[in-house]
Amino acid sequence: MRSIINHSNILKTIIIIMALLAIFISIGISITFGTTDIDFETIWQAIFHFNQNDTSHQVIQELRLPRALSAALVGAALAVSGAIMQGMTRNPLASPSIMGVTDGAAFALVIVLAFMPTMSNMGGMFASFLGAGFAVSIIFVIGTRSAGGLTPVKLALAGVAMGAILRSISSIISLHFQLEREMGFWLAGGLDGTTWTSVQILLIAGVIGLIVALFISKSITLLGLGEDIATGLGQSNILIKILGIVSVLILTGAAVSIAGAVGFVGLIVPHITRFIMGTDYQWIIPSTAIFGALLLVLSDLVSRLVNAPFETPVGAITSLIGVPFFLYLARGSGGGK
Amino acid sequence: MNTSQSKKQKKFLWISVLLIVLMILMFFISLNTGVIHISPGVVLNTLLNNGSDRQELVLFDFRLPGIILALLIGAGLAVSGVILQGITQNELADPGILGINTGAGLAVVLFIFFFQDSLSISNSLSIFLMPFAALFGAFLAALLIYVLAWKKGVNSIRLVLVGIGVNAGFSALLTILQLKMDPQNFRQVTVWLAGDIWNANWTFVMALLPWMIILIPMALYMANKLNVFSLGDEIASGLGTSVERERAGLLLIAVALAGASVAAGGAIAFLGLVVPHIARKLVGPIHQLIIPISALIGALLLMVAETIGKNILAPTQIPVGIVVAILSAPYFIYLLMKSK
Repeated sequence: MRSIINHSNILKTIIIIMALLAIFISIGISITFGTTDIDFETIWQAIFHFNQNDTSHQVIQELRLPRALSAALVGAALAVSGAIMQGMTRNPLASPSIMGVTDGAAFALVIVLAFMPTMSNMGGMFASFLGAGFAVSIIFVIGTRSAGGLTPVKLALAGVAMGAILRSISSIISLHFQLEREMGFWLAGGLDGTTWTSVQILLIAGVIGLIVALFISKSITLLGLGEDIATGLGQSNILIKILGIVSVLILTGAAVSIAGAVGFVGLIVPHITRFIMGTDYQWIIPSTAIFGALLLVLSDLVSRLVNAPFETPVGAITSLIGVPFFLYLARGSGGGK
Repeated sequence: MNTSQSKKQKKFLWISVLLIVLMILMFFISLNTGVIHISPGVVLNTLLNNGSDRQELVLFDFRLPGIILALLIGAGLAVSGVILQGITQNELADPGILGINTGAGLAVVLFIFFFQDSLSISNSLSIFLMPFAALFGAFLAALLIYVLAWKKGVNSIRLVLVGIGVNAGFSALLTILQLKMDPQNFRQVTVWLAGDIWNANWTFVMALLPWMIILIPMALYMANKLNVFSLGDEIASGLGTSVERERAGLLLIAVALAGASVAAGGAIAFLGLVVPHIARKLVGPIHQLIIPISALIGALLLMVAETIGKNILAPTQIPVGIVVAILSAPYFIYLLMKSK
């Protein structure tokens, strides 16, 4: 896909500012809707003049604000992961959910829940980090060992198979320990029950992951020209790839430990971003973060409204948005051969 | 030529006999395990009409229908996989991966969802109607995949990718739909979707049996067309096969087999993918031999999976689809790594 904007940095900056504004507005809208609708003025009051005795203020401060912020951060983390993966592998279908990375993280969380139910939030995040790492390394082994490398189709199929194995083992564990409900939540993805602690975890992981990603963004752009050219320009591709994987693991691990396996965000957002922003990863990385945040805040809003008062897993919503996009990619670059 | 052909036929015969012996063995093992197990001697006695009432009840009303259902579903999915791999010339095609199973599952769940008040799930009329709903869903999914993958012809890589996407979309719809159901139906549907031979009873067997009796011989009858397809589309049309029409006919059979199996056993993935490979390894590339051997292997594999699922973590019962996935997905990855 070619960018619709050529080289106008001013235009890109304007788009980023507009997108940031859109995030603030959608977080605002997201907070107003719920079992009781709250008007914007009350939200303003609750954030800047918090009154402990006002129930709507409490609802906003304790439930809706952390939830909206978590949605934004999870969306940003998954989208940046996807951008790094697509940039490093030059594979248009690479993304945390297609490659089974989110399933790996969810798998680790189910194990923790079954065998170490007292573990803290931080411990959960660490476990999901390990699970994601496990899945990535298996896909990596499949890729290096397979005849003809990891083409887009193989990647997608390997992801399907890995996801099936991991989900099956998760199901067995959850059936045995009667954790179906918790596991269903992680596999479908949802932002129900997020707290300020979730926001903290996401913020810490997000900042670290994003800094690493920005640090290597220039090198990812070079990798896009081909590994040989990048090496010729004096770049250590191995170091870049290791840093890239570390940042993917931190971002995906944190996102899944809070919101479960939310699919397709990491696939579609980088494509849209490249379409708007071009091929320079110094622009792509921050822009995917912003667009990803916007997408998930809106998806979370839809997930609460579509079947109110019940919640629909946000992962189902993002899948419904993502599938047509995936099909478009499958018909185009992914399966064009 | 003649000697090699008779050699092949001999091999085919003894492999068939071996598989049938293994199935009978598995039958006794399956009955001898589980919460209410019956020893082989008692089974024989009961089959010869000498058992007590309780033994007869357990054998004939609880265990036997489940085992027969497993046989039918295993055979159906395996043959469906053979046909799909044959017509797409893609050895990684499978009704589960292509989203046909999920399409059938979605239709069944919709059916239960809309008729849950007027019909109970175990009502025998709705059991007989369920395969039709599943078939409808399976056909719709197949049509959707075919249309979406069409771009001046259908290329098998695109077909698989589009199938994965359609599968994900149907799964998302299923999740949304499931959450709208009342808790009891929700649980039942969740377990069923994981691939379970739920509440197996004779009604299910009777609902599935006609489909298999009609469709598997039809597949066998058209087996030669699959041989011709494996020579490539150009040679096939050169040999006088009207490629697109034959392909469509075979596709219909494959989809119907998958749909009927899903209606009775839930969305069991990977079985239709792995079994044809094993069969090809055993008897070579001739589809007249691959189809019956695949049916036998599929049935055997599903019986083994069912027995494992019932016993490995007893009293927790693991849906058979989960066991099948764990057993066959690694083999799938191995195939994936080998393929170019």
